[in-house]
This record gives sequence, C-alpha cells and structure tokens, in this order.
Amino acid sequence: MKTPISYFVVLSAVLFAIGSVGVLVRKNALVIFMSVELQLNAVNLALVAFSRLHGNLNGQVLAFFSMVVAAAEVVVGLAIIVNVYRRMHTANVDDASLLRW
Amino acid sequence: MLAQFLIHPPIQLGPIGPELVLTGTAIVVLLGAAFNPRIGHSTLLLVSLLGLAGAALVSIGLWDWGGELTVLAGMVATDRFAVVARLILLGIAAMGLVYGYHYFRRSGEARAEFYPLVLFATAGMTLIAAAADLILVFLALEILSLSLYVLTGISARLSSVEGSMKYFLLGAFSSAFFLYGVAMAYGATGSTRLSAIAHALAGQTGSLGLALAAVAFLGIGFGFKVAAVPFHMWTPDVYQGAPTPVTAFMAAGTKVAAFAALIRVLETSFQPLTLDWTPLVWTIAAVTVVAGSLIAIAQTDIKRMLAYSSIAHAGFVLIALTAAGQDGISAALFYLLAYALMVLGAFGVVMLVSARGEGRTSLASYAGLYRRSRLLAGLLTLFLLSLAGIPPTAGFIAKVNVFRAAVAAGHWPLVLVGVLASVVAAFFYIRVMVLMYMQEPQDDAEPDRSPWPRVAVAVPAVLTLLFGVFPGIVLGVLDKAAILRW
Repeated sequence: MKTPISYFVVLSAVLFAIGSVGVLVRKNALVIFMSVELQLNAVNLALVAFSRLHGNLNGQVLAFFSMVVAAAEVVVGLAIIVNVYRRMHTANVDDASLLRW
Repeated sequence: MLAQFLIHPPIQLGPIGPELVLTGTAIVVLLGAAFNPRIGHSTLLLVSLLGLAGAALVSIGLWDWGGELTVLAGMVATDRFAVVARLILLGIAAMGLVYGYHYFRRSGEARAEFYPLVLFATAGMTLIAAAADLILVFLALEILSLSLYVLTGISARLSSVEGSMKYFLLGAFSSAFFLYGVAMAYGATGSTRLSAIAHALAGQTGSLGLALAAVAFLGIGFGFKVAAVPFHMWTPDVYQGAPTPVTAFMAAGTKVAAFAALIRVLETSFQPLTLDWTPLVWTIAAVTVVAGSLIAIAQTDIKRMLAYSSIAHAGFVLIALTAAGQDGISAALFYLLAYALMVLGAFGVVMLVSARGEGRTSLASYAGLYRRSRLLAGLLTLFLLSLAGIPPTAGFIAKVNVFRAAVAAGHWPLVLVGVLASVVAAFFYIRVMVLMYMQEPQDDAEPDRSPWPRVAVAVPAVLTLLFGVFPGIVLGVLDKAAILRW
C-alpha cells in the first residue's frame, strides 16, 4: 500500500512549525541557526512530495537548489556567528544588545 | 539515438548580459586583489565602476529586445521593467562604491573585499528584477542577501558585528518562509514558472488553498526584505550597525530589488488572485506607514531615524501596489527611483558629518550644522524635504503619483491614512532642520571637508530637484516600462 502524498506534506508542515518555534524561543545563535536549517529541510520534503504528486521533476530540482543555498548560508552564517563569539565571548542573542532604541 | 534525449532549450545569454558583466567584473576584482595585495583601492574602484557602466550599457541595449518574452527556459524576463529596475540598481551600486571607497579609506578599515561583495550583491539585485521563475527569484534573493550579511559585518566595530548577526539570523528565517511559499506555489500549480502559475490559477486547475498559503508565505518573505511592518524588526539595528556606505547601498538597493520582484510576482503569477491579495497588501501598507512614521519620532540617532523613515516609505510603495496595473507599477517605479535618490543622499550627508567612522550619528551632533558647513546642511535639508514629500522635490511628485493611482483604484481610505502619516513624518524631518539651523553647535567637531565625496552627494541632490521640477523626463520612460510582459 502506498503512503498518501498528504502525509508527507503534513509532516513537512509540522517540521516547519517546529523550526519556526525554535527560532522564536531559543536564545543561542547556533541553535536558532539549526532551527532555520530544519525549516529549510522541511521545505525540501514538501518539494519532493509535491514533485511526486505532479509527476514532474521541478520540485526535486528546486530541492537541490535549496540544498546548495543552505550550504552557502552555513558558510556565511557560521563565519558571522564565530566572529560574534570572538568579539563578545557569547553566542547568546540576548547579550547582543548594543543596538537598541 | 542519444540525440533525441538531449533536446535542450536554446540558450540565449543576451538578457542576462548585465549579470554576466557584473559577476565577471566582481571575479576579476576579487582575484586581482587576492593575487596582488598591494593593488591600489582606486584601481579596484575604477574597475568596479567600469563593470557597472558596462552592465548599464548592456541593459540599455535590452530596451528594444525583439526576441522571446522569457529566455533560458522561462527563467529570465526580457521586458522593459527589468531594464529600468536594473538601471536604477546599477546607479545605486555606483554611489555605494564611491561612498565606500572614501569612507573606508578615512576610517582606516579599507578592505578589498568590499568592491566584489557590492558587485555580487548588485548582480543578485538586478537578476531578481528580471526573474520570471520562482526558483530564480529565490536564488537571486539569496545572492544579494548573503553578500549583504557580510557587508554589514565588514567593519570591526562591535555594533557592525552585532548588526550582521541579527541581519543574518532574521534574513535566513525569512528566506525559509519564502522558500516554503515557493513550495506551496509549486504544490498548487505544478510549476514554479510565473506564467505557468498564472495560467493554472486562472484556469482554476490549481489548488486554491495552497495558492493562498503561497501568497501568504511569499508575502512574509518579501515583507522582511522590503522592511514592512510587522517584519521590520531587523531594519533599525542593521541600518545603524552597518558602516554608513553599506547602509546607503542596502537601504536603497534591497528595497528597489525586492519591490521589483514583489511587483512581478504579484502582478503576473498571482494576478488571477488580485482580489485575494489586495486586502492583505492594503492592511500591511496602512500599518507600515503609520508605525514607521510614529516610531521614527522617538529616535535619537539619525541612522535609526532614517531606518524607520525607510520603513514608512516601504508602506507608500505598498500603497501603489494596491492599485494594480500599469498606473500602480509606474507610480511604484517612480517612487522607488525618488526614494533611492533621497536615501542615498541622506546617508551620504550622514557619512560626511560623521567625518571618520560612526562617531557622530546622534541627532545632537546635528545641532548647529549650518554654522559648521552650509553645504552639508543645505543638502541634508533638500533630502529631508524630499523624504517628507514637500515640493519642489522628487519625493513630492512620487507621493502624488502613488496617491493618485491608489485613489483611481478606489482605495481612498488608504490614501487618507498615507496623507496623515506623511504629516506625522514631516514632524521629525523638520525637527532635524530646526536642530541644524536654529541651535548652537554643542562641540566644534569638523565635518569631512574632502571635495570629491561632496560632489558625489550632490549628484542625488541635483537629480532629486530635477525630477521634482521636471518629472516628465522620466515619467514617460517609466510608463513604457510599467508593462510586464510574460
């Protein structure tokens, strides 16, 4: 018996929601960044599921693109977070409060 | 036998010529600086500016493109809208490079990476203006964002480092929403091509629920990039933390690029759902102009004040978007052009008043600026008048056009909100003028007196006045460019 496509879409929505909540409630920049990665992977799951639904490969191609972009984002993002850690000796986003109105 | 499996679409590189020139120049500058660390920064600046000029020439050559509406398998649009958006963006990049050259030389933080990063960001911005497929919109958005995250943190100051982290975390968060929107649009219609999405939605073959979710998620993604309330939280921190030339470049460039893409996506692929997304844009526009104008009053730092003012201006462009069709697009394009000029000019003056680095960006350091430098005080007055929308400046014509288009589309309550918000906004612009002309200087710090940066800041000033007095010279071109072909 085949698993219905909708299961995958719902799973991806759940993963995306977990990632969003992670970004909003966690304080460590690295954990926030991991939550963003979870969101991107949730999107990849949705893309592959939709690709199967429509019977064309556009979604799978886009999933590859999004993996490449995620990798590029890791490169830039980790460099920025390491830079912050070196200067402020913390990766906690609440301690980075120089810029406030 | 094999040949029949290898049917590929014809490859026409002409319509992405500007991006090829930009990335080519960026790579040349990057390698030149890497292999010859002693190379003078004036050489890097000159090569970068030549690259921008070349890209502009190629763009102008695309004005009379007679070929297909989209090339490279429907990825890139070839219409005049893309040409005009590219030219505006290339001008912004040229100003950003000139400012940056001067600023980093004075602050002693001159780094060769600045030039290629600006060029890469510009390539992303111009590409997004021409993107006719959601995959390309996403990729171009990431090209420009990743370059800007690094540019924000290019200075060693602590606030610059902190600003880059905030920008990166919130930017990546918004990109995830954007990509989820792309996935929803693909799920609803089976394609990521803007024209195919429009056909599927018009023929009601797609899933309406997924399509509406796609509009919402894409709206969140774009809302972050154009800094619309409630997705604006990063803007003041990043604008204040980033080095001033970078702030000028990204305040003008990101907004023009993201709005160009937003206009194309809303007016082509989701055009069949106009009745559904107009109330959404209407609400965000109203909240954005009001919140941006009100919070700006409470600011004590001029860069933060200009950041909130840029949020309010995003709201005015959104008002133009509620008037769908050629009128709205033309009004939005003129508004973006005027906004780019005045924000580049205003941040240019801020850079010169600070003299070295970011030491003097509080509003208090503008007290008595007229006594210390009449030219800078006069230029800033002009830009503030334009931001407030007072004649005879481009900002006035831009606001009138936007309001006229929105009223013609029947959105007069929104125009009323916009007019009231402009009155509130006029207060904090005029407060800076009062500080400059009517108060005594609090210290005797000298503003930057170098001649060339002043000439650079005078360019947007002249254009602001010119487009304010004779708007006809660009309005004709913009009207021709306001038809999206797909």
